Amino acid sequence: MADQSPSSEAPKGFLRKFQDLPTDSIPKTLFVAVTLCLFASMIVSIAAVSLRPIQEENKLRDKRINILQVAGVYDPSQNVREAFQAFEPQVLDLTTGKFTDDFDAATFDDRAASKNPELSRSLTDDPAGIGRQSNFKTIYLLRTDDGAIDKVILPVHGYGLWSTLYGFIALEADGNDIFGLQFYQHAETPGLGAEVDNPRWKALWSGKKLRDENGDLQITVDKSAPAAGIEYHVDAIAGATLTSRGVDNLVKFWMGKEGYATFLSNLQAGEV
Amino acid sequence: MAHKHRELLIDPLVDNNPITLQVLGICSALAVTSSLQVAFVMALAVTAVTAFASMFISMLRNHIPGSIRIIVQMVIIASLVILVDQILKAFAYEISKTLSVFVGLIITNCIVMGRAEAFAMKNPPVASFMDGIGNGLGYGLILMLVGVVRELLGAGSLFGITILETVNNGGWYVPNGLLLLPPSAFFVIGLLIWAFRAWKPQQVEEREYKIQTVEAH
Repeated sequence: MADQSPSSEAPKGFLRKFQDLPTDSIPKTLFVAVTLCLFASMIVSIAAVSLRPIQEENKLRDKRINILQVAGVYDPSQNVREAFQAFEPQVLDLTTGKFTDDFDAATFDDRAASKNPELSRSLTDDPAGIGRQSNFKTIYLLRTDDGAIDKVILPVHGYGLWSTLYGFIALEADGNDIFGLQFYQHAETPGLGAEVDNPRWKALWSGKKLRDENGDLQITVDKSAPAAGIEYHVDAIAGATLTSRGVDNLVKFWMGKEGYATFLSNLQAGEV
Repeated sequence: MAHKHRELLIDPLVDNNPITLQVLGICSALAVTSSLQVAFVMALAVTAVTAFASMFISMLRNHIPGSIRIIVQMVIIASLVILVDQILKAFAYEISKTLSVFVGLIITNCIVMGRAEAFAMKNPPVASFMDGIGNGLGYGLILMLVGVVRELLGAGSLFGITILETVNNGGWYVPNGLLLLPPSAFFVIGLLIWAFRAWKPQQVEEREYKIQTVEAH
């Protein structure tokens, strides 16, 4: 413990001085803790910052692939960015059901908007379990060659068993026929709830209808077909009651008046 | 020296396996073994983290104060885990999506801490690195074995390639859904431990109790 007092020998470097302290002394302990934390935080932040562009690119690519898939135009050999040019992003005001030019559709982030009190509202009646809902959503239009709307791709999300499921629902131009439903992010049980990704189950959605002739929302995910008829019914996933119920709730919520109902009736009236 | 390093690599595979003998790292072994691909990436990630964490801790071992040594080890391990997580997100996005939270949970994997505390604090860097690799591989071996059983019988596939055509997809095999749920890994690991100890009886622990006969009066 003799060299705990500052050495009177030839002047040493700052680092060397600490290095030579006995390992269990208080200055050495503080020195090790501070240096290590600085060093570790530097490594972590360098990695996070330098890899972020690639990660963002991956996320965007994944989302675009899902939009292409739900619209039924995905071809793995194709360049995703080029294929995605066919889609026209639009920011939709949910309350008016009309597109708005207040935001840039290419960069608008509705998940961030749902945390912004000015752009979102908290839900009291919240069957989908999402807490806050953004008043604006980015939707994607797929047009035919002559410019008429072919399909609309609407983002949906809601709570399943363990996690919030994020996905897209693709509707035909009449705003009532479902073309497909697909989730791009969830953490449901593999083999049970995660069967929402099963191609055979996803195929069940194609050709189903949202509303009956009276305009009542009839679509349901359930064990047995409702009285309304099988064109409004998607069979629930065996062994995944709660995930199926979550999907049922979120589809009903987003297709209902809190969600895209206003927009869909505008679409049917040809006012889009 | 070379001989010793080889021993450090081979020993944890069967004779001193972190899962079956030391019974460490069970939590993640339950969670990530429902598909082989995920188990494989997880095994690689744990191997990398254990090896480098042991190496760095061993390099610093003469300067780590005893009073904060666990925290110092945690900082090093946590930084490495975040690094692995970030790299996976950037270069293996699909897999990082399925692994989700479990990469982050490598921090709490007892194998990493165990090797740091039991081996790296007392041994030179190269030996610690080898020891880390060996224990990571031992963990990976069990993960893969459990993964084969669970994915094959639970989903009818291996590495996502269909082996047994399931009824859901129009085949004949009725998959055992239990094997896709975490508790099934308990059974599989339990059976593995039994098999290992039947093969190598020296691994059987001595009983902590003794059955006594009470004399009748």
